[in-house]
Amino acid sequence: MATLELRVNGRQHTLEGVDGQTPLLWVLRDELGLVGAKYGCGISQCGACTVQVGGAPVRSCSLPVAAVSGEVTTVEGLAAANGDLTAVQQAWVDLDVAQCGYCQSGQIMAAEALLRSNPEPTDADIDAAMAPNICRCGTYLRIREAVHVAAANLKENRT
Amino acid sequence: MSALNYAGIAETVDEVTGGGPPAAAPRIDKLDRRQFLKLTGVVGGGLMLSFSLPRAAANATQGGPFQPNGYLRIDESGIRIYAKNPEIGQGVKTSLPMIVAEELDVAWQDVEVVQAPIDQSAYGMQFAGGSMSVPMNWQPLRRAGATGRAMLVTAAAARLQVPEGELTTRDSHVLHEATGKRLAYTELAAEAAALPVPAARSLSLKPRDQWRLLGSRVTGVDNEALVRGEALFGIDQVVPGMKHACYTKCPAIGGKVRSANLPEVKKMPGVVDAFVLEGNGNAGQLLPGVAIVADNTWAALRAKRALKVEWDETDAGKDSWAAAAEQAERLRGESGPPVVNQGDVDAAFAAASKTVDAFYHYRFASHAQLEPENCTASFRDGALELWAPTQTPGSAINDAAGVLGIGADKVTLHQTRCGGGFGRRLYNDFVCEAAAIAKQAGAPVKLLWTREDDMAFDLYRAGGFHQLQGALDGDGKVTGWRDHFVTFTNDGRNPVSGGRLSRGVFPAGLVPNVRYEQTALPWSNRCAAWRAPGSNVFGFVVQSFLHELAVAAGRDHLEVLLEVLGEPRWLQPGRAQALHTGRAAGVVKLAAQEAGWGRKLPKGRGLGLAFYFSHAGHIAEVADVSVSAERKLTVHKVTVAADVGPIVNLSGAENQVQGSVVDGLSTMLGLAVTFENGRVQQTNFDKYPLLRMPATPEVDVHFVASDYEPTGLGEPALPPLAPAVCNAIFAASGHRVRTMPISEEGFSV
Repeated sequence: MATLELRVNGRQHTLEGVDGQTPLLWVLRDELGLVGAKYGCGISQCGACTVQVGGAPVRSCSLPVAAVSGEVTTVEGLAAANGDLTAVQQAWVDLDVAQCGYCQSGQIMAAEALLRSNPEPTDADIDAAMAPNICRCGTYLRIREAVHVAAANLKENRT
Repeated sequence: MSALNYAGIAETVDEVTGGGPPAAAPRIDKLDRRQFLKLTGVVGGGLMLSFSLPRAAANATQGGPFQPNGYLRIDESGIRIYAKNPEIGQGVKTSLPMIVAEELDVAWQDVEVVQAPIDQSAYGMQFAGGSMSVPMNWQPLRRAGATGRAMLVTAAAARLQVPEGELTTRDSHVLHEATGKRLAYTELAAEAAALPVPAARSLSLKPRDQWRLLGSRVTGVDNEALVRGEALFGIDQVVPGMKHACYTKCPAIGGKVRSANLPEVKKMPGVVDAFVLEGNGNAGQLLPGVAIVADNTWAALRAKRALKVEWDETDAGKDSWAAAAEQAERLRGESGPPVVNQGDVDAAFAAASKTVDAFYHYRFASHAQLEPENCTASFRDGALELWAPTQTPGSAINDAAGVLGIGADKVTLHQTRCGGGFGRRLYNDFVCEAAAIAKQAGAPVKLLWTREDDMAFDLYRAGGFHQLQGALDGDGKVTGWRDHFVTFTNDGRNPVSGGRLSRGVFPAGLVPNVRYEQTALPWSNRCAAWRAPGSNVFGFVVQSFLHELAVAAGRDHLEVLLEVLGEPRWLQPGRAQALHTGRAAGVVKLAAQEAGWGRKLPKGRGLGLAFYFSHAGHIAEVADVSVSAERKLTVHKVTVAADVGPIVNLSGAENQVQGSVVDGLSTMLGLAVTFENGRVQQTNFDKYPLLRMPATPEVDVHFVASDYEPTGLGEPALPPLAPAVCNAIFAASGHRVRTMPISEEGFSV
């Protein structure tokens, strides 16, 4: 048990008495009350636990908290301070992507990371980036479309 | 009033939605009292739908909120509509309130949708299963909305001193056109609350051409909360003082705890307690096992890994897939007891100019809903409070009460959003476990199953084996059909859910001479409803075999399928939820036309057609598939034509169909559960490869705007997918697939 420093969604947390081997997912959910990232498989197979560390998508179910180097962003940290949704979140709402919705915070975190590195992805780019994330309800077609819509809206805002 | 009894709900749902004998099958559109009692299992009590409940008026006080029934509440601050059934991803938290809103004539953006409490007196049966939410609630919800609208009009007439006939409603307002006066529902609520609730028969419902909301695209009411990561699901629930629990059971059903290293486990950091539960003898409720209670999830999971249990497997199951397959192989050459016998099958085969034999089989499958089973339970002063992601909250209350030996009236259940269901959450073993652990621990607990628990203790879609024979006459017409079905039984008497051939299974009633025989092998691992029970596997078998017969006759599959369907008629006259051959032919023709049936395709590419009727839905699908020499598949596109009556929420409906296609494809491609020595062999998603985005085909959805009452869409689009793809594989490659998953025959994507 050690004292750990963790920066999440712009806030610094000092965690006392947390086992450094605890997967980041359970620190977020149990210690910080951030439940957007979900437990699905525990072995990095489904992507429901996807968050970003230093802007890159990671499977938080398999990442020991002691190994986290960089700022953690979760789905709760995406919206602006005034509550405005990001282009990706808004596209998810507008296109009614979700069915059960359990995987969608992981999907959104993966999509946000994709668009940051590749602002105008092709279908193939999206497929490759989103392949680690399972949607058991099968909303893949809408996810792909929502990524395109978000990309188009972001482009419009840039120009 | 007695408590609801959901036992056998899956069988009842089968019966209502196409599987059962017509004599006992209730109509969904006009359920009479006896049928409704049967559906709900209410014995000797009165089941009342809230639209006919005058209690709100009796309770109303001047100035109070307007609450004419359990579905709506209007006061000065706004309009609320209550969503009665569990949301498992099928969209009912949005679609059911839309039905109320249409008749109430409110602007959708004015509505706040709230998940209803569990209250039988207000809502009748509350469950998610059998694609029943829309058909069972269509009329009650329309009347609930129309009741509210009528009372608001009456209140406005009194306020404005004009006849009701001069008033109209629109967008949450009552309008008096002659004077231009416009009153908001919110300002009329207090006056409406004081009025008597009108009789249901006095209400007029909107004709379809006046619908403004129904049939449009509405985004899910929880979507914004979902994308913000808010705590909607069972697994997200937190209650004060809560501990985290996990539970370890014998990997073979029926095994008991002989000993466990509890002292060692209890010493682990963060562990609060560890103890053995004996179970209650009901595998669907509480199996024996070891509970670990800890300060946080990780401490519980770490202790679960360190737990060592010696199991007494004297009475444990020894299920073996290999042994079952061997037994079925022996049985396929024999006859079994007939369960359906129409016409003169032996004469049809004796007179046939050609016969075809084929042996089809499929493995078991798991639900694999993405949110593992979990439940939060608090037991204090003899009362139990539950936060449960369940499809059957009423059953969860009864089961948990039974396990704790308390009355159902001592149990409160909060409905949470469910991270998928697919039939798994019709069963409440995880709720019973949470209740028992909370009682023993003396603290509120959140029980979490690991994915490994979930895979090992599912209630599986059963595997099965079909020895088929078809007879063709000299004109290439299908004249006879035999199926010896080898399935499984959990109780030694009845086949498992989805394991029963009946008169509702294609092509009974369509081909003149049909005999279904059935043999059930004993099986200890529990099997139960999995999305479109029965139909999800029968569709693959019978629609593939029909194509085999068409090929043997040298005829076009579309032509043979339409010939088998025949003249437009109800297959079971007087039963509006039965197959209608005209509706069937309509979707078959539409799917074929939209997919370009008959067009020339390059070598290695083909179109496959299939139709299936389930859960009152008529659905046809055409798959466009390429197959390489190495048996690598590309599913380019699936064209779907569906007749489920009018569409409630077009966005949700389209999503359900696309999701059903993906689910169907995922399952037929590579998903199999096998057993040895009573144990499930597949432990996690690395051995159960659900479909991912790159293999997802384009899915083109067409709804037939028919005038029948709307029926459900959670299930019926799944069964036609597998045979459409397999028939396309044949067209592309000449290889006939007779096994699911098709990875067993060397196919991959």
